[in-house]
Amino acid sequence: MKAAVRMGLVLGACAALIVACSGSEDSGNTGESPPKLEKLSSVGDGEGELNLIAWAGYAEDGSNDKTVDWVTPFEKQTGCQVNVKLGNTSDEMVQLMRSGQYDGVSASGDATLRLIYAGDVSPVNTDLVPSYATISEFLKDKSWNSVDGQMYGIPHGWGANLLMYNLDVVRDAPNSWSAVFEGGDKYKGKVTAYDSPIYIADAALYLMKSKPELGIKDPYSLTSEQLDAAVELLKKQRENIGEYWADYTKAVQAFESGTSVIGTTWQVIANLIGTDNKVQVNTVLPKEGATGWSDTWMISSKSAHPNCMYKWMDWITSPKINAQVAEYFGEAPAQTKACEFTTEKDFCDIFHATDADYAAQIHYWTTPQKNCVDGSGDNCTTYDEWVTKWQQIKG
Amino acid sequence: MRLRRRMALAFLLVPPMAWLVLAYLGSLAVLLVSAFWSTNSFTGAVVHKFTTHNIVQAFTETVFRVTTLRTLGVALLVTAICIVLAVPLALYMAKVASPRMRLLLVIAVTTPLWASYLVKAYAWRMLLSPEGPLAWAGGYTPGYGLTATVITLAYLWLPYMIIPVFAAFDRVPDSLIDASSDLGASDLSTLRMVMAPLIFPGIAAGSIFTFSLSLGDYIAVTIVGGKTQLLGNVIYGQLVTANNQPLAAALSIIPLAAIILYLLAMRRTGALENV
Amino acid sequence: MLSGGARRAVRAWTVLILLFLYVPLALVLVNAFNSSRTFAFPPSGFTTQWWVVAWHSEGMWKSLANSVTVGLGATAIALVLGTMAAFAVQRYRFFGREVVSFLVVLPITLPGIVTGIALNATFTSALGVTLGLATVIVGHATFCVVIVFNNTQARLRRLGTSLEDASADLGASPWQTFRYVTFPMMRGALVAGAILAFALSFDEIVVTTFTAGPTVQTLPIWIFGNLFRPNQAPVINVVAAALTLVAIIPVWLAQRFGGDPATTRV
Repeated sequence: MKAAVRMGLVLGACAALIVACSGSEDSGNTGESPPKLEKLSSVGDGEGELNLIAWAGYAEDGSNDKTVDWVTPFEKQTGCQVNVKLGNTSDEMVQLMRSGQYDGVSASGDATLRLIYAGDVSPVNTDLVPSYATISEFLKDKSWNSVDGQMYGIPHGWGANLLMYNLDVVRDAPNSWSAVFEGGDKYKGKVTAYDSPIYIADAALYLMKSKPELGIKDPYSLTSEQLDAAVELLKKQRENIGEYWADYTKAVQAFESGTSVIGTTWQVIANLIGTDNKVQVNTVLPKEGATGWSDTWMISSKSAHPNCMYKWMDWITSPKINAQVAEYFGEAPAQTKACEFTTEKDFCDIFHATDADYAAQIHYWTTPQKNCVDGSGDNCTTYDEWVTKWQQIKG
Repeated sequence: MRLRRRMALAFLLVPPMAWLVLAYLGSLAVLLVSAFWSTNSFTGAVVHKFTTHNIVQAFTETVFRVTTLRTLGVALLVTAICIVLAVPLALYMAKVASPRMRLLLVIAVTTPLWASYLVKAYAWRMLLSPEGPLAWAGGYTPGYGLTATVITLAYLWLPYMIIPVFAAFDRVPDSLIDASSDLGASDLSTLRMVMAPLIFPGIAAGSIFTFSLSLGDYIAVTIVGGKTQLLGNVIYGQLVTANNQPLAAALSIIPLAAIILYLLAMRRTGALENV
Repeated sequence: MLSGGARRAVRAWTVLILLFLYVPLALVLVNAFNSSRTFAFPPSGFTTQWWVVAWHSEGMWKSLANSVTVGLGATAIALVLGTMAAFAVQRYRFFGREVVSFLVVLPITLPGIVTGIALNATFTSALGVTLGLATVIVGHATFCVVIVFNNTQARLRRLGTSLEDASADLGASPWQTFRYVTFPMMRGALVAGAILAFALSFDEIVVTTFTAGPTVQTLPIWIFGNLFRPNQAPVINVVAAALTLVAIIPVWLAQRFGGDPATTRV
């Protein structure tokens, strides 16, 4: 019997090895050019189902707030039943897309290129998306959502990572990121930060202004020394951190229970805290500038429901709906016509939605690569180096 | 063995063994094999290229080493706390309580296992919050961190320790205890010299659960641990954040090896029959 | 017998431990009626609105149904496989009995994350199977086998073979012996094992996270997704409170059918 069990073990291992060595769907591209994939030529009837990966607040179906729902009208109009999986970070979204079981994703700039080059998303036929025509021109054919003039998605909206603080605890109206770095000692144990390696760029951005001798020109193009400097700053910050947040609702809860009083945030978090009205918070875009995101809806190369996905991409960027999303989340809508439909008349002005110059100042999430993303050379640190450093920072 | 008996044995043994060996050991083998692959550094996709880099990194990188030691420490501490909490309770249940009370206590101890693990961890998050009951009642709360993690884990796994220890106490014949006290031993001596060796397999069995469950936990830590990282978080982080499945697999070898070593050590104590 | 001082001491200790076990659960119950959405303590008011919201929560009912399906499926498989293995180990003597016991215990002792990643890697890259309800059931069945195995094995060991031998001597076939003699005596252990296996599968989240596809949500996954949501957290408390209260029934049943409390194995 023991021999039989041992045999079984050996057989199992051999089987695994054979499977492993033979089936090599080597989708790992070296990054030279994205794999050749077909784009849809026409949109037919809906397939009845749509599986999305989305940022929190992008695909609301009334379960959070009965009055906030733009998914149910879509389902009624197209017959596509929508299942939404919330991604907490770009890394989660990349991983989920890789499983091939989703139709589309609202990808930020630090996920898009990884998805494109791995062949996880297909190029988009923008002629099939009527809303695309009136989307802000400065969001089209950008480095993060297109390759050689071919668009790989439909722009959704953009915004900045802001500094949020509890008005009762933080009395001095901070306007600099130093409040969470050197100034964080004042709120020891109650500072919070975004739990993703991409947050290193926030530290780099701060060093860009506070330590110009380091020579950082772009927070995503960091040499080893510049990366180490950012890591040092973050390791010091960790002593003041109470909790890191990836789940936005955890950030809401942390601020409302007093666990966190100051830190990086998205506008939607501040909006939710505002409606609960338990604590008073304020958000500010600090003087050093901010990192941010520019999100694009992308369709999976393995999508089982491409018609529904194209219908969704048109729906979510249509003027009325894009306005709803942008107002609920607190970001600038990609759709220029959305400004006519916002409930707050000067919403677009507050968020500089049509201001191309303002948009150019935000340092959007981008995947750091060896070939510096700002074109300054090819000695920059890569994302997986950032990941390792991030784990070291968290300790 | 006669042929018929042998056939009967094969009939009984093959389905469960086939399931365990193929479904379970097979997938563990796949996991171990994948630890030797690499990833495309830009896209993160898995590439079937052999490398020992992941294994080396998993065992030499400082942050992994520190986290492993921290996690082992937490697992052992949680086990020790559970033993201390469980033994007197189990003694009462087995030897002092009336049969009716015994039944009620068993139900009382087993019922919390049905309350969702997540909700129990979250209940501790509320208890330890700066505005929660602890702060309100006592003015102090340890907040979220390593202490909170240890307390919460001990709370979550306590029933898993109580049940086998209680079963072990129950099997100690009353006559032995009577004989011991007749011979003049104090209660403590009886406990130490007569009962302890007999209940040790039960304690060992319970410790398997508390040790293993604490070693791999990453959810309770996220809920009450503040900025603490345990081995489970690191593995999960490599798998999901870094999209580095091979490195996650390589790191998984650490708890895998730890548990197997622990099980082999416990085998000699007879714990496995009491699990 | 133990002295009076010792008895008093362990009795006091028991009270303390019971308090320790139930205070957090009591807090959950209190917050299920707390009108504040953010659980300020002391509670700001009493309300039953969360129970109404929970009752109407479609996501909750769907995930509950999934959890029950998975639990029943996993328990059924575990009952069959666990009983067979227990019989083989208890009623036959063969080389490698210990290895069998070791193998059966292994799935439940290895950390969930290791099992989860392993199963995920096997399903997605090695076998190319789409993740869904079936893969979850496979994952759960694997660690539920040991519970049935332990309970059945313990009962078989206690029963001994004398009655079965007597039945064979009186001319019954092995199947008749099993059906009329062994099974009725074993039933209680099977019920106890089944209930505990179901409980384990019902609450499992780690392995489930890695083996469920995008559209499959079991109750723990649904709870985890809504745990921190300000609007949903009270509903979670309601669900948890309801589960705990309802759970007393099967626990009591397991005790009653399992017979001797001491032989109930987790």
